[in-house]
Amino acid sequence: MKRNLFLSTALAVLSMGAAAHAETLRWALAGDALTLDPHAQNEGVTIMLQSQMMEPLVSRAPTGELEPTLATEWAVKADDPTVWVFKLREGVTFHDGATFDSEDVVFSMDRARSEASQMKGIITSIAEVRATGPYEVEIVTNGPNPILPAALTSIMMLDKGWTEANNAVTVQNVAAGEVTFSSTNVNGTGPYTLVSREADSRTVMRAFDNYWGKDTFPLAYSEIIFTPIQNASTRVAALLSGELDFIQDVPVQDIDRVKGTAGLKVESSSENRSVFFGLNVSDTLVAGNIDGKNPLADLKVRQAINMTINRDAIRDVVMRGQSVPAGIIMPPFVNGWTEELNAYPAPDNDAAKALLAEAGYPNGFPITVDCPNDRYINDEAICQAAVGMLGQIGIQARLNATSKALFFPQVNAMETDFYMLGWGVPSYDSEYIFNFLYHTRDESFGSWNSTRYSNPELDAQIKAIAAEVDLAKRDAMIAEMWATAKNDLAYIPVHHQMLNWAMKDGLTVTVDPDNQARVKYFALN
Amino acid sequence: MIRQFSAFWQSDFGWKFRHSPTAILSALVTLILVGAAIFAPLIAPYNPFDSSSLNLMNGFSAPMAPNAFTGEVFLLGTDDQGRDVFSTILYGMRVSLFVGVLAVLFGLVLGVTLGLIAGYAGGRVDGFIMRVADIQLTFPAILVAMLIFGIAKGIIAPQYRDQMAIWVLIIAIGLSDWVPFARVVRGATMVEKNRDYVQAARLIGRKPVAIMVLHILPNVLNPILVIATISLALAIIAEATLSFLGVGAPPTQPSLGTLIRIGQTFLFSGEWWILLFPAATLLALALAVNSLGDWLRDALNPRLK
Amino acid sequence: MLAFLIRRLIQSVVVLLVVGAVSFGMFRFIGDPVNNMLGQERTQADIAELRDRLGLDRSVLVQYAVFLRNAAQGDFGVSYRQGRPVADIIAERAPATLELAAVSGVMALVFGIGLGVITAIKRNSWASSAIMTISLVGVSLPTFLIGILLIYVFSVQLEWLPSFGRGETVLVGGWSTGFLTQSGLVALILPAITLGLYQMTLIMRIVRSEMLEVLRQDYIRFARARGLRERSINFRHALKNTLVPVITVTGLQMGSIIAFSIITETVFQWPGMGLLFINAVQFVDIPVMAAYLMLISVLFVSINLVVDLLYFAIDPRLRIERAKA
Repeated sequence: MKRNLFLSTALAVLSMGAAAHAETLRWALAGDALTLDPHAQNEGVTIMLQSQMMEPLVSRAPTGELEPTLATEWAVKADDPTVWVFKLREGVTFHDGATFDSEDVVFSMDRARSEASQMKGIITSIAEVRATGPYEVEIVTNGPNPILPAALTSIMMLDKGWTEANNAVTVQNVAAGEVTFSSTNVNGTGPYTLVSREADSRTVMRAFDNYWGKDTFPLAYSEIIFTPIQNASTRVAALLSGELDFIQDVPVQDIDRVKGTAGLKVESSSENRSVFFGLNVSDTLVAGNIDGKNPLADLKVRQAINMTINRDAIRDVVMRGQSVPAGIIMPPFVNGWTEELNAYPAPDNDAAKALLAEAGYPNGFPITVDCPNDRYINDEAICQAAVGMLGQIGIQARLNATSKALFFPQVNAMETDFYMLGWGVPSYDSEYIFNFLYHTRDESFGSWNSTRYSNPELDAQIKAIAAEVDLAKRDAMIAEMWATAKNDLAYIPVHHQMLNWAMKDGLTVTVDPDNQARVKYFALN
Repeated sequence: MIRQFSAFWQSDFGWKFRHSPTAILSALVTLILVGAAIFAPLIAPYNPFDSSSLNLMNGFSAPMAPNAFTGEVFLLGTDDQGRDVFSTILYGMRVSLFVGVLAVLFGLVLGVTLGLIAGYAGGRVDGFIMRVADIQLTFPAILVAMLIFGIAKGIIAPQYRDQMAIWVLIIAIGLSDWVPFARVVRGATMVEKNRDYVQAARLIGRKPVAIMVLHILPNVLNPILVIATISLALAIIAEATLSFLGVGAPPTQPSLGTLIRIGQTFLFSGEWWILLFPAATLLALALAVNSLGDWLRDALNPRLK
Repeated sequence: MLAFLIRRLIQSVVVLLVVGAVSFGMFRFIGDPVNNMLGQERTQADIAELRDRLGLDRSVLVQYAVFLRNAAQGDFGVSYRQGRPVADIIAERAPATLELAAVSGVMALVFGIGLGVITAIKRNSWASSAIMTISLVGVSLPTFLIGILLIYVFSVQLEWLPSFGRGETVLVGGWSTGFLTQSGLVALILPAITLGLYQMTLIMRIVRSEMLEVLRQDYIRFARARGLRERSINFRHALKNTLVPVITVTGLQMGSIIAFSIITETVFQWPGMGLLFINAVQFVDIPVMAAYLMLISVLFVSINLVVDLLYFAIDPRLRIERAKA
């Protein structure tokens, strides 16, 4: 390799730096955390960065199952199905040396449920949290809640004394123009402490000497340098040139290049996120009816669309093999998922055309496909491909691809007839999907249902499963509900996304389905 | 036509042209590319704007190599949607030139009009227009584009939104483009309005504005031509930049800029043809137009004879 | 002079007010911050409530009035995205952009003037037309592509230069500088080239045409006739006389370097104001967008004002010349 003197000196300095901190992880992904206040933003990257430094009672291990964290065991109280009892881990200290106990849990849970908290939506079922001993708390829910522990995996624990002393008891209310100490400072129980942070540039963390899990987790790194890099090409370039050790969100087309580069590898896994199209199934099209009717309201038309979307071709070409074609809008990890439900029709344009003709649209109809261009993996390219496929059965589809800042308000306002959406299920339970995507839209339910789909029978079942404690009975209900949902085709499933993490060869990492990398699990060999 | 051409060829200007290899080459490249763009539907083997004619499985074919799935062969390969890159470039150049030319025309008309008004009226009107020019410079084209996008979204029915993107680009780029035109025309007008013929016209009751337009415009024709040529290259590049920021021509009817934006994501993956050919075309087009503008500036500058 | 100054100051304030008004008028069209601020589990009731708290349903004029009232007291609000005071964030980001702008400005000046002089003196040579043409390549490709190609060549293939960020920075009196560390200096190279290429081409062209102009002037001919050395004529007389317009244009371009560093900063993840702004646009972070646009207009208006005052101070007659420019 040719190098001039000046540059090689510079490089030597860089590599010397690397040698001095042999266990520094240089890590990048597209976005940065929005705040360090654990209850102020419910957003993936924010929670991920915080979870290096703070911890919940229960977390989800990269393999998917619930794992004791600050709570060691939990169970429903024998005589009262509305109360969960959590035994807390003893001997845990916060970064500033304070001891973790039940007082901190009550404080943190109350804070997470307070008015300005963005986490309150996840734990609306909680009525009260009370300490029943220094290392035991009871969580009372409004009615029985069989899946409560799964809802707690992103509720981080703060030290009561520290938070009070720094006037950060109320969650930062950005809307009111408030600034709090806790949005730029951290005192958690997690494996890493905050060293410095410049938003959108770099966050440095160092291993916490008194971490309770020192012997439990590999904890291979003594330092983490987290640098967001928005532009995908730059991110990949920085990995290829050896400036980084680990990146999330590798563009699918760059996987082979990374794999083919000496010293680098890619780990893949299915992501907890499905991508699909939502159709306006009401009587009126936003764009104006066709011959007085909305063709999408006709099940035959929706079946035709379902048949013409060639999911395998999208996987092979657009996604370069990095997707799992979907017959249902539920990622494979979720309670309720079965192989049969995920079956999808083989593409058949002749049958689709016949169905369209039967529905009275032998020559198709015009429709606009609304799509984000900066949200999901290759979102725009998928929509582009779909537009072509719709065209092959005579549906004159047009693509309207916009940034997420414009796209999501449009979807929320239901100003679209045909839109793309991706959905992850943090609770790993079907109820979460039904609640937000299938329930008739009202003040508190169906808030992401922009299809106008409304099925009173299904609505009643959605409310019923939320409180059903008999798990066998509950699963049977869920299976029945999915049968209805799959038949009604308010959503046309496309695929389940795959996650691709690229890293240095020596690193052993289990890809987390929620795209939540936690460095404490990383091992070096 | 032929006589006019030969008159041009024999003129002083024509002499300069004949003796500048750069000018001849630039003009030739520009002519070929513009011609290819105009006659794209006749030249291109496929219509890449017709999504329903595409076979996704043709995607990522290398130039002149049979596709792994379908066995089809494409001259310059295909992109991620299975579109023939050669056809896409021809059609894309059409979009780029359409946007560029109309944006420059829009900026030119706006700039010349405002420049005339500012220069002629003077005083507060002049101050106002020139301060508006300052404001204009403040707003990055991307913001102007998003603003117009937003407003248009409120006015235009959803089914026309994909066609609308092109017009939004034209207006957005044109709007960020008018200031140099206005400044040149304003300066010339300020000099010209105190000339005797304007005063005389006013005395005999003729509308001085009409006369001024007739007299001033020919005077500023040369600088306007130069600005317009360079603006055209800038407009084509600006469109590409807006594409990178996500507000360019729609991917189903891509411009060269959109093609480059899509192509650059394949820079590391080995599908070089998706980026290289559109980028080379854009470079050739912008370079030719720029050198032409450069040469025009020198050739038309009376002080450099 | 005083009357002129006062008039221009009043005009400048009006310009700022109009920029503010236009900004606020357009924010509602850029998208809706509410979606970004609430988690996936938000209900329709949450959306309505947050919109209400942010005052997004109030008229544009009322929102603008509130912004102006607070801004007059030095309070630019709190970023929706970062939850920190906008003034703090901008103060933290400004050094990155200003250092990058300064370096690329100096680079553009040095190379622009140098190449401009060469191409003017050797007007008809093969080399100078080659330089003229090659320099056009820099303005015939979109900035983002130039940046990405530079990264590809110098970071990925040659592994000479870093592809992103500022390297190590040092805090000097609240100003984080990349000038004092080697990694900071090395990190500046690629972004500065990307950002300065256009300005370099522009300056080169101005220097060249001004030089050609001056070289034809009588006093240069006299100098030549007097037998002064060619080198001394070119540099001591001709170049000196071209510098006034060059410096003016560079000054004006400095503003646009800062304002339009958006693309370069996005490609190189340069943590400056351009990146801040593009993030704000994507998140619909209204307080940051408003403050940024106001800041950029203050910059433009002050540069214009200074340039005008300079012209006024040097020679009142030049105002007409300025009008032509």
